Amino acid sequence: MAEVLVYVDHVDGAVRKPTLELLTLARRLGEPVALALGAGAEATAATLGEHGAVRVLTADAPEFTDYLVVPKVDALQAAYDSVSPVAVLLPSSGEAKEIAARLAVRIGSGLITDAVDLEAGDQGPVATQSAFAAAYSTKSRISKGTPVITVKPNSAPVEPSAAAGTVEALAVSFGDTATGTKVVSREPRESTGRPELTEAAIVVSGGRGVNGAENFAVIEALADSLGAAVGASRAAVDAGWYPHSNQVGQTGKSVSPQLYIASGISGAIQHRAGMQTSKTIVAVNKDAEAPIFDLVDFGIVGDLFAVVPQLTDEVKARKG
Amino acid sequence: MSLRIVVCVKYVPDAAGDRHFADDLTVDREDADGLLSELDEYAVEQALQIADDADDAEITVVTVGPEDAKDALRKALSMGADKAVHVEDDDLHGTDVVGTSLVLAKAIEKTGYDLVVCGMASTDGTMGVLPAMLAERLGVPQVTLLSEVSVEGGTVKGRRDGDAATERLEASLPAVVSVTDQSGEARYPSFKGIMAAKKKPVESLDLGDLDIDADEVGLGGAWTAVDAVTERPARTQGTIVKDEGEGGKQLAAYLAEQKFI
Ligand SMILES: Cc1cc2nc3c(=O)[nH]c(=O)nc-3n(C[C@H](O)[C@H](O)[C@@H](O)COP(=O)(O)OP(=O)(O)OC[C@H]3O[C@@H](n4cnc5c(N)ncnc54)[C@H](O)[C@@H]3O)c2cc1C
Ligand SMILES: Cc1cc2nc3c(=O)[nH]c(=O)nc-3n(C[C@H](O)[C@H](O)[C@H](O)COP(=O)(O)OP(=O)(O)OC[C@H]3O[C@@H](n4cnc5c(N)ncnc54)[C@H](O)[C@@H]3O)c2cc1C
Repeated sequence: MAEVLVYVDHVDGAVRKPTLELLTLARRLGEPVALALGAGAEATAATLGEHGAVRVLTADAPEFTDYLVVPKVDALQAAYDSVSPVAVLLPSSGEAKEIAARLAVRIGSGLITDAVDLEAGDQGPVATQSAFAAAYSTKSRISKGTPVITVKPNSAPVEPSAAAGTVEALAVSFGDTATGTKVVSREPRESTGRPELTEAAIVVSGGRGVNGAENFAVIEALADSLGAAVGASRAAVDAGWYPHSNQVGQTGKSVSPQLYIASGISGAIQHRAGMQTSKTIVAVNKDAEAPIFDLVDFGIVGDLFAVVPQLTDEVKARKG
Repeated sequence: MSLRIVVCVKYVPDAAGDRHFADDLTVDREDADGLLSELDEYAVEQALQIADDADDAEITVVTVGPEDAKDALRKALSMGADKAVHVEDDDLHGTDVVGTSLVLAKAIEKTGYDLVVCGMASTDGTMGVLPAMLAERLGVPQVTLLSEVSVEGGTVKGRRDGDAATERLEASLPAVVSVTDQSGEARYPSFKGIMAAKKKPVESLDLGDLDIDADEVGLGGAWTAVDAVTERPARTQGTIVKDEGEGGKQLAAYLAEQKFI
């Protein structure tokens, strides 16, 4: 059966959810062969096998951490050459998109980024994408070469499906450009203990209306009562009230949770671009004319400092 | 020695207006007002700052796009860039990202460069991959998605805020960089800048000038094919309630009914 190469996103062997979603999609196209790189690569095998990977290719080398992107492209290309897959799937993170881009150029293939769905078609995989801040939905395919496709988080269910998950060491030789961009230092982001923004089932976001860094405690309290991730508008981020890594929107993260709660956010097009595909949208805003209300399933016109704490108390009371 | 900076800028339909697809499923550029992709203003700004810090530097802005794309070049020139290159050819209509990267790489090589500066993503295609493709094609280091960038001697340094960590990066020139909207507000063109831009040179190149075969670009030559485009039904507005003191409780009741609590 045809093999599909899946690039694994993991942290020291812990496979991240978007990769498990990729395995679900890969099984629609063929048999998934996973590529895991860096420290802990072999430790991913059990999880990947449980989710359908027939083989897990692994490689570790200091180049993967000491230099930007290219060493990983060299490894992916080595895997591509050895597997001859019918498609290559990667998660839609900033780094994985760049890896995909360079591979596509090297192997002379087309590239589709940020797919939200993937189906087998007569002429190869058919990808659904959202365009123009989710105002349009498109169906595309690759017309030259082997499809290279990056897929957004939450695009498919995680479905266990037992497969061998046999570990095989991949031989990688690094090219001249691999050591071109040196990573001089790396400062890992501190974990907040909250779910990862792009993967969370519920996202609670605050905007300029939150009016101060200290007031974000109100947003965080609601998030914690719901087990949600915290997001922010760019206005809140630019004001220094919340880290940029939590920004939702065109130049921040794009999220597609079951539930999105926006408080003190007006709903500018660039913000909408990052949250419009959320299943259920709820907003609290004191301005009845705010464009965010055009999107909501349920909206409260009111002061967030009255509404949000009351909601938090009520959630806690109902959850007991 | 002069530092040759090339900035890639894209002409895109205005996000504030209605954006459409044409009958051939390419972006409708006739009907929409276009402008310089806002995220490329940050690229122009960083190029201007790098040039200011250099002994001697020259900034060329390059675009691949239709006739109207000159507007994007003029805006960049009025911000302070020195000259412009416009790659324009009827056969370019419908070019995908692999093709665009090919055209830009050839144009940049022809222009000559020490540093290429791009935006983090266009505001229409929003793929965020073109800078990496350019680096691959040019065979030079990529130092991408930077919130801070500087050039000292022959080295470009930057800071990349990734999902899991913040990284400090370094590469020797020549190199390709891309900058995010965290890199610093872009300046507004001054009246003097706008007047000066009118006199700055804009060179036009076509596929022949770049030795590119028409079948490698355009809709027919594209590596990707769009088969269907559907406008999403606008979300129908749900229930909107004015808070009379019970807003939080009403919201909780709704969330419970939807089984979120
Ligand atoms: C809604 C939509 C979806 C698309 N999907 C795909 C797809 O799946 N696959 C595909 O191959 N193509 C796709 N395209 C086409 C692709 O976006 C363009 O061909 C192309 O210009 C590069 O991609 P980008 O604009 O997304 O660039 P990005 O990678 O987002 O751009 C990053 C930077 O590259 C520079 N740049 C980009 N384009 C130009 C240009 N023309 N001139 C000068 N500098 C430029 C700018 O500095 C920009 O900030 C899509 C286009 C649209 C409008
Ligand atoms: C190229 C580009 C990229 C961008 N990328 C992004 C992006 O990724 N993400 C993003 O979010 N934005 C982005 N923006 C910015 C975007 O255009 C808006 O400026 C931004 O989203 C506004 O944030 P906001 O809704 O928090 O603030 P505002 O628009 O100022 O809205 C604040 C809202 O809070 C309400 N409010 C005030 N006080 C209260 C209160 N006590 N109770 C309840 N409601 C209250 C007000 O009625 C108002 O509606 C981008 C812009 C550009 C040009």
